[in-house]
Amino acid sequence: MDVLLLQVFNGLSVSSILLLIALGLAITFGLMNVINMAHGELIMAGAYVAYVTQTVFAKYVNERFFGAYFIVALFLSFLVSGLMGVLMERLLIRFLYGRPLDSLLATWGVSMVLQQLARNIFGAPNVDVVSPGWLNGGIQLMTGVQLPYKRLFIIVLVVLCIVGMYFYIHRTSAGRRMQAVMQNRDMAACLGIPTRRVDTITFALGSGLAGIAGCSLALLGSIGPSIGTYYIVDSFMVVVLGGVGKLVGTVAGALTIGMINTAFEFGTTATLGKVLVFTLVILFLQWKPSGLVALRTRALDG
Amino acid sequence: MARLGSKEGSQVTRFISLAVIALLLLAPLFLSEFRLSLLGKFLSYAILALGIDLIWGYTGMLSLGHGVFFGLGAYCTAMYLKLEATGGGLPDFMSWSGLTGLPWFWQPFEHGWFALVMAIVLPVSLAAILGYLTSRSRIHGVYFSILTQALALIFVILFVGQQPYTGGTNGITNFSTIFGYDLAAPSVQTVLYYISVFFLVATYLFCHRLVNSRFGRILVAIRDSENRVRFSGYNPVWFKTFVLALSAGIAGLAGALFVTQVGIISPAMMGIVPSIEMVIWVAVGGRGTLTGAVIGAILVNAAKSSFRESFPDAWLYFLGFLFILVVLLFPDGITGLFTRLSHRYHRVTSNISTGKTVKSVQPLESNRV
Repeated sequence: MDVLLLQVFNGLSVSSILLLIALGLAITFGLMNVINMAHGELIMAGAYVAYVTQTVFAKYVNERFFGAYFIVALFLSFLVSGLMGVLMERLLIRFLYGRPLDSLLATWGVSMVLQQLARNIFGAPNVDVVSPGWLNGGIQLMTGVQLPYKRLFIIVLVVLCIVGMYFYIHRTSAGRRMQAVMQNRDMAACLGIPTRRVDTITFALGSGLAGIAGCSLALLGSIGPSIGTYYIVDSFMVVVLGGVGKLVGTVAGALTIGMINTAFEFGTTATLGKVLVFTLVILFLQWKPSGLVALRTRALDG
Repeated sequence: MARLGSKEGSQVTRFISLAVIALLLLAPLFLSEFRLSLLGKFLSYAILALGIDLIWGYTGMLSLGHGVFFGLGAYCTAMYLKLEATGGGLPDFMSWSGLTGLPWFWQPFEHGWFALVMAIVLPVSLAAILGYLTSRSRIHGVYFSILTQALALIFVILFVGQQPYTGGTNGITNFSTIFGYDLAAPSVQTVLYYISVFFLVATYLFCHRLVNSRFGRILVAIRDSENRVRFSGYNPVWFKTFVLALSAGIAGLAGALFVTQVGIISPAMMGIVPSIEMVIWVAVGGRGTLTGAVIGAILVNAAKSSFRESFPDAWLYFLGFLFILVVLLFPDGITGLFTRLSHRYHRVTSNISTGKTVKSVQPLESNRV
């Protein structure tokens, strides 16, 4: 019983991390159809923001408030990564709309440059973030089953992000404009929506979410210049499996991959588990090529 | 630049190609041993680039997992070389990991011919399965790219994780002889170099015939509008499966040539990053032209090895910016740039001679996918 409970919790935790990373991709890839290979480096930027904020707090701020640094870092990382997203969109991506493979290659170039930049600024070795005191420890459910606060915090954070995004996309006028542009750009432009600006804002939003993901990854382990690359392929698989264009799909994709991954890793070894998951995803796409939750469309090349 | 179509153009191309081949054949006379083996490595990369160009430049399928096919070819050959080095005994990494007997799937690799056949057959079969499954369910464009990238990730994890059977992170190295000849001897290395030149020319000629045939036209048609090909009564599934398998076979061949000249293969050479670098070569040289793929592979790698010697840090910046610039400003790469320049030249000269405005000979085809 306790083993099962622990496994389910671990699965949920893995899913929540995958989901946090995939949420940004669901916007830039799912809605805008831009493959941003530098998404992992935006995650890295968020993680380093957490590190820098912590260092600044440790130096200049009263010790009593040190625990608050992480909340500040969360907002800052959203801003920093979002700003990087704005720059990328303005300088590079907007020339490549409609050429998804080219944007994939160009953003890979960006990711190489950013990784090397991080290596030059922060050094090649990994750095560690001291997690705030209120996140240490966990809930003791029964003997041998402890749910760490850090992981619970990330799960709560993901839920907050999803609710926030849902609210933004469906309930605010900015979000509706975004939907309009992504669904029918020409029609939206005719109705007076500044499509260029909406593109930039949308891309910035997706990038900012990557920053939040990176910031929370800093809680779980050390930070290095290549932290983003560990997760990027997995999260692309989440978006592909979930089906593009719908938030529900991304959530379903993350839960599926996270849960199955944990189960397989428990049943076999860590490496075989991952291999099995990817094989299953490829086989599943044979059966449902457009993923778990498909957008209904009449377009031939959806 | 056979694409120009004019007779002049093809004659110039033929002359340049012959000059390049002559240069490659004479290279052992004036290059040091070290430089020669480096060039031999680049030639195996050029063969690989031809395969990538076939599926990306001509068919529009961007594979980000070609390192796997390259790696499979290299690993098959390395298994043979390793067994020959140990003289039928247990390879060192196996005894370190506590294996006592040779695993069954290693045993046939004692025979060189078997290893060389498998170096082609394994990648081809894997690619055929992947190609059939993905094109049957119409997974194309970026989805195909992401799946192939996942494939690269899977294989790296698998090869690193299965240390007793694959040598783990260190890969397979420490070879001594090939078919009884000393691998380190300069004469053997020269022969291997010539074999690489031969296969590069052979692969180039084969690809050249292929893309200029009816089959090649269908590939380009699939790239430009897959649905239209389908509506015209062709089944793209078979074409795509075939060309992906062919490309993987070429990659396997390149891997086999690579490992004999470089002497090591490890998972780090087949993962996500090297796989994308392979695509960079083709992008820089010019996708959709075979000469472009070869030029790109050799130039980028020559730049890489000379850059890395002097500025190891700056290399990644250079590569990154090169990539962004090529995609943004010269999507048709070096050959595209030359074609554009020669078009301009032709237009200017013909304007002068006939005295009236002439449209460019043939509009520059866009290979943007």
